[in-house]
Amino acid sequence: MSRAPLSRACAAVLRRDLTLAWRRRGDIAMPVLYALIVTTLFPFALGPDNALLQRIAGGAVLVTVLLAMLLALDGMFRSDIEDGSLEQLVLAPQPLALMLGMKILAHWLTTALPLIVIAPVLASMLQLPAAIMPVMLLALVLSTPMLSLLGAVLVALTAGTRRSGMLLALMLLPLCVPVVIFAAGAISAAQQGLPWVAPIAWLGAALALTLVLAPLACAVALRIALDA
Amino acid sequence: MTAAALPLLEARALSFHRQDEPVFGPLQFRLRAGELALVEGDNGSGKTTLMRVLAGLLHVDEGELLWCGKPLDRDACQGEIVFMGHQLGLKGDLTARENLRVAIGLHGCVGGLAPDLTLQAVGLAGFEDEPVRQLSAGQKKRVALARLVLLPARLWLLDEPYANLDRHGIALVNELLGRHLDAGGAALVTSHGAVGFHGGEPQRIRMHA
Repeated sequence: MSRAPLSRACAAVLRRDLTLAWRRRGDIAMPVLYALIVTTLFPFALGPDNALLQRIAGGAVLVTVLLAMLLALDGMFRSDIEDGSLEQLVLAPQPLALMLGMKILAHWLTTALPLIVIAPVLASMLQLPAAIMPVMLLALVLSTPMLSLLGAVLVALTAGTRRSGMLLALMLLPLCVPVVIFAAGAISAAQQGLPWVAPIAWLGAALALTLVLAPLACAVALRIALDA
Repeated sequence: MTAAALPLLEARALSFHRQDEPVFGPLQFRLRAGELALVEGDNGSGKTTLMRVLAGLLHVDEGELLWCGKPLDRDACQGEIVFMGHQLGLKGDLTARENLRVAIGLHGCVGGLAPDLTLQAVGLAGFEDEPVRQLSAGQKKRVALARLVLLPARLWLLDEPYANLDRHGIALVNELLGRHLDAGGAALVTSHGAVGFHGGEPQRIRMHA
């Protein structure tokens, strides 16, 4: 008999979730399309004033990406709870927090990464100068995992409730305020030619903290949800 | 008493309450390696709840659970207990083989067994690459049975393993149970139907609502 080593277990969970996401590729496209449409609405609503669009571009892209991620967040554990896969994951002889971390990583790869890829397109639709793009991408790369991690904890907390989508948004959005402030702060600092490293460093620090704590909190919340 | 003679799982005055309503108990039983226990009771008598408590999905309210003579420590005996409930824990979008591979990745595998061989053994030859979503309820159950066989666990907790299965399926469950017990495993099985188990008279645990 052979027990499964941790690395194989992590790879198994990650591969499982990525395969599942690939079998439902249409769902991956939804947040991307949503972000595209929302960004298209800004010039229509505000008028074709390049200076104005340029000023709001960074913030608008950030908020759009955030809301697009929220769309996909709700389903993170739902199907696993419904078909009993989560019970099997809880009972597996592996550290649950790490396994959930892998699930969150898979979720980030399938929802946030496509959004980050199209973010330069969104930003150029709003006339963000090309020189600012790297800062914006850096801010997105640091802030989107934080949203996935915080979101996962809240999804786990609301796992037992029916129609948790709205509740999730109400709980997650206030937590996102600091993330948005620092990410948008970095972009607007770069636009004004000011140093932008400090807010990015804050984002990095916050990400390190959530990276360690969120999977643990998530594991505890899911155990409670299954206990109910 | 030597370690081998100690019961694998022992329950002492085990009971469970949901919002101060008693669900079952107090229950008393001992399960040794190589033994099978049938949990019997009417609908709503708490059979599934008992299974979930033993699996570690629900907390023990009152009473004590002992594993090999020591108070049950979930971290110490993780992977020794597998649970098959009403929800089988199979992903519909993955094929039978992929589902088994995930389980092996998480639990490890009994030496000398492979997903394809085990799927053949449970009568699913030719269905390895079929998405589980497209299998019938009985065939899904067989995939879950294949998973049981593959995982290196000593105690099987089977909640209604005979549901959805045809005559051959029921015989298959009994055969798998027999082999598991012969290999030194133990099993707790809930069922409200009559079960024709061949390996001697099993222990019976009566549940009262």
